[in-house]
Parts: sequence; structure tokens; C-alpha cells
Amino acid sequence: MRSAKFDALLSRYYTIIIFLIPALTIFTLFVVLPIGEAAYYSFFRWNGYGAPEKFVGLKNYEFLFKNRVFIMSLKNNFYIIAISLFVQLPFALLIALMISDKLRGAAFFRTVFFLPFILAEIVTALIWAYIYDGNYGLVAAIWGFFGAEAPFVLGDKDWALVAILIVIFWKFFGIHMMIYIAGLQAISKEVLEAAKVDGAGPITTAFRIKIPMLIPTIKLSVFLSLLGSLQLFDIIMPLTGGGPSNVTHSMVSYLYYFGVMRMKVGFGSAVGVVIFLICLFIAIGYQRTLMRDDNENKF
Amino acid sequence: MKTNFRTYYLYLLLFFLAGVIIIPLYVSVMGGFKHTGELRTNSLGLPIDWKVENYTSLLINSDFWLFLWNSTVYAVGTTFFVVLFASMTAFVFAHVKFAANKFLYNYFLLGLMFPFATAILPLFLRVRDFGLLGTSWAVIIPQIAFGLGFSIILFRGFFRQMPKEIFEAAVCDGCSYTQFYFRFTLPLSTPILATVSVITLTGSWNNYLLPLIMINDESLYSWPMGIMVFRGEYFTDWGKILAYVSLTLVPAVVFFFALQKYIVAGLTGGAVKE
Repeated sequence: MRSAKFDALLSRYYTIIIFLIPALTIFTLFVVLPIGEAAYYSFFRWNGYGAPEKFVGLKNYEFLFKNRVFIMSLKNNFYIIAISLFVQLPFALLIALMISDKLRGAAFFRTVFFLPFILAEIVTALIWAYIYDGNYGLVAAIWGFFGAEAPFVLGDKDWALVAILIVIFWKFFGIHMMIYIAGLQAISKEVLEAAKVDGAGPITTAFRIKIPMLIPTIKLSVFLSLLGSLQLFDIIMPLTGGGPSNVTHSMVSYLYYFGVMRMKVGFGSAVGVVIFLICLFIAIGYQRTLMRDDNENKF
Repeated sequence: MKTNFRTYYLYLLLFFLAGVIIIPLYVSVMGGFKHTGELRTNSLGLPIDWKVENYTSLLINSDFWLFLWNSTVYAVGTTFFVVLFASMTAFVFAHVKFAANKFLYNYFLLGLMFPFATAILPLFLRVRDFGLLGTSWAVIIPQIAFGLGFSIILFRGFFRQMPKEIFEAAVCDGCSYTQFYFRFTLPLSTPILATVSVITLTGSWNNYLLPLIMINDESLYSWPMGIMVFRGEYFTDWGKILAYVSLTLVPAVVFFFALQKYIVAGLTGGAVKE
């Protein structure tokens, strides 16, 4: 006769297998293997039909790093990251500190600032494409008010990227503010009371207590911001589509135009691998934050 | 007084910012009611001559509804399977002790760090070779795959916070893991189920790049693809485009106000406060 213990053991193995198989299969087939395949295909010139046969070694990468447009897209991604980290996040933190206190109307401002985040990126970008339109948009109205001829910022090589950065700022600062507010609410009231009793003003409290205690939260928002910046695509398409003269591509929009649309699997995969390596580099830097999950159930 | 002075400037800044957020949304919704000529001369004010046709012509446009329907299928399909598979997996990670537990958990975490753009071409080939092109699964399955990682983290964190006693008592009463999952874990997890569902739904609803790559057949277009086609057709007829934009904006805003709590919770690491 089978013992109860044996049954329990059997049940455990069934559970492990039945419960894990769907997720493991899908995840392996559609996430892990494609990343490996991208690395492999990147050594071939291949249009995706038949088997990859034309081995070209590192040619795809060589071409990539000699390509003006790709270098530009790489630079653009770094500008986006830099602005996000050094302008957007500090600004979001400042606003979070301002409205997390007992400020009248805090809930209203919080909701309003968070609003752009829930819009689809495509919609956000279309709204701004209208605003920037030198004939019809808000920019046109403002310039018109001063009696000046409105510029077409999105068609201007020098200003198009700035225009995109403004949209990114507009859409995403609210989510970082929200993350910081959640972090600030987790700081114990006693600590803040104690600081107050000791005569610390709001600025001292912010720098000596709140910001140091927010470090894990800040790390999370930096991580989200980095990954988000590297994936940027939807916002660029309706605004400039990478133009004018290919100066506003992100790496993903470059991949789309020069890899996917032309069905250059090998070359496109090489672009993917470069993005992957940058992510890996960032991930290694964040390993300690991300992998250490046992004490806290959050990230 | 110094404090009042400071508060004054604080409000000035906050109202200015609120204006910067709201005015673009306002001019878009109003722009949808305007003639092209009026957009040129009166972009800020209320429409003088309300052109409601911009909106009504969309509402009777069958493509508009078809694209919304397709996006609904993608979003609901993706969410159903992400919630089911991710919660099952997280349940095992949270409750069942076995050798590879930690290793497999980290395996899923790894996928979280890489945007799907890195492998978009091999992913397309896989979907094609499986014969999924031309079906809704071409969008749904990759979205499930890329939605699993974060959802598993959220579920696992929540399951581990549930009191151990229920679990032990149930197992002693001869309750199998599967029974426990369906009878106790899921019913007790509504906040996290809601959080994961809301995040997955919105992610899928707003996704542009993946359907763009996977879908060629216009009858399967998602609404973001539809809006871009529309933009291509009416390039500078902003009244029509803004009407389309506004029609998708309104449900998003309503949805957001109804479920704000879960959206925020999901983005801040699953710390749902009841």
C-alpha cells in the first residue's frame, strides 16, 4: 500500500511539472531562444528564408559601427538616458517631495501629473505632433501671438531631438514621481517626528533623511528609466519616424527601419545583440539590487 | 511671512506644471471638433463652429470598431494566460520546496532585463515557422512570454506574504497542491490578481511595435496600428486625427481613474495597500 507520505511526494512532483511547464515552455521558446538565435544569426547575411548559409563573421557589426545613422541612434539613446537620469528623475523627486507633505490639493496634482503615463505612447506622440505642427498647433499659436513665423521643430535637424525629449519628459516624469511618493509614504512617521523635534527644517529633512531612505526606490526608478529609454520606439514613429535625414532614430527604430522592413535578419539581429549587450551591462550593474529579493518582497 | 511666500511660489509652479500637462490634452479633444481652417486660426479656444462629424464619422466607421475589437482580443487573451501561467509558476516558487526552485526563478527574472526588441527578428521567424502568422496568436503568445517575468515576481511576493498556517493546515487535511491553489491561493489573492491584470491589459492595449511586426493582414490590425494608418491617410487633416486620438483617450482616462490604485501598485513593486 502506498503511504500518505509517498502520495504527498508524488503530488508535489506532479504540481511542479504541471504548474511550471506552460510558463517555462513559452518563456524558453519565445524569450530565451530568440535571444540566443539573434546572437547566432548576427554572423550571417540572411533574409529569413531557408537556412542561414552565408556566413559573414563580424561583417554585420563592422558595418554597423561604421554606419553614421546607427552611431547617431546610439548617441540619441544616450542623450535620452542622460536627460532622463539627470534632469527628469531629480525633477520628479523634487515634485514628489513637494506634494507628499500635507499640501492642500496634493491628490489633485498627483493625479494630473500621472495622467500622461497612462496614455498610449502612440497617442502621446500624435498629440505632440499636432502641437509641434508649425501650421496648426500650439507652437504655431504661440509664435503667431508674437507675430512670428512658427518653426517646424520636428523637421529641423537641430531641434527635432529636443522636441522628442520634451515629449518623453512630459509623458514619464509622473510615473517616477509616483514611485517616489510611494517610497516616501513608506518612511516611518516616528523618524520624521524625531527629526522635527531635533529642529530639522524641510530641506535638512529631505537631504538627511528622506533622500537617503529613498535610495532603493531611486534605484528602481533608475532601472526602469534605463530600460525604458533603450526600448524607445513608439514615441519616435509618429513624431519624426527617425527623420529628418535620419537624425532622430533610436536603436530600436533603426532596427525596425533597416533590419525588419528590409528583412535583413542577420544585420537586424546584430543591432539586437548590441542593445542586448548594453542591457546586460546595465543588468550586471544592477544585479545586487535586482537579485537580492529575500529580505524584501519588492524588487 | 516667509512660509506663505514659499507656498505661493510652490503653487505657482504646481499649477504651471498642471497646465503643461492638461493643455495639450484639452487642445486635442477640442481640436477634434474643429475645421482645418479653424485649427489654423483658433487652436486654443473653444470651437466656434462645432464640427461633430469628425467624431460621428469615426463612430460609424467599421474599421475603427474592428481595430478596437482586435486590440481587445489581444489584451484579454494575453491577460488571461499571463495571470494563469504566472500565478501557477509563482505558486510553485512560493510554496513548493525543490532543488531548482531558486535557479528557475532567476531564469525568469533574467528575461525581465531584456526588451523584446533585442530578439524581434528571431521572434518573428519563430512565430512564422509555427504557422501563427495571420492569427491573433502571433501577437498574444509573444506578449504572454514577455509578460511572465514581471508577473511572476509580483505573484511570488504576494503568495509568500500569505500566512503559512493556512497552507500547513490545508496540507494536513489532505489537500493537494492543486486543490490548495484553486481553493485558497487564488480566492485570497484578488488584489494582486487585479494588479497583474491591469498592468498586462494596459501593456497589451498600448503595444505598438509587436503587432506592427507580426500583423500584415489589415483585418487583424490593433488600434495603434489603425491610428497610424489613419494618420497616413489624413496627413494634415488634424481635426479628423485628433478626433480619433480623443476617442481612444477618453476610455483610457476613465479606466485609469477606476483602477488607479492597481496601476500604481504594480509599478511600485506590488505593494498593494488595502
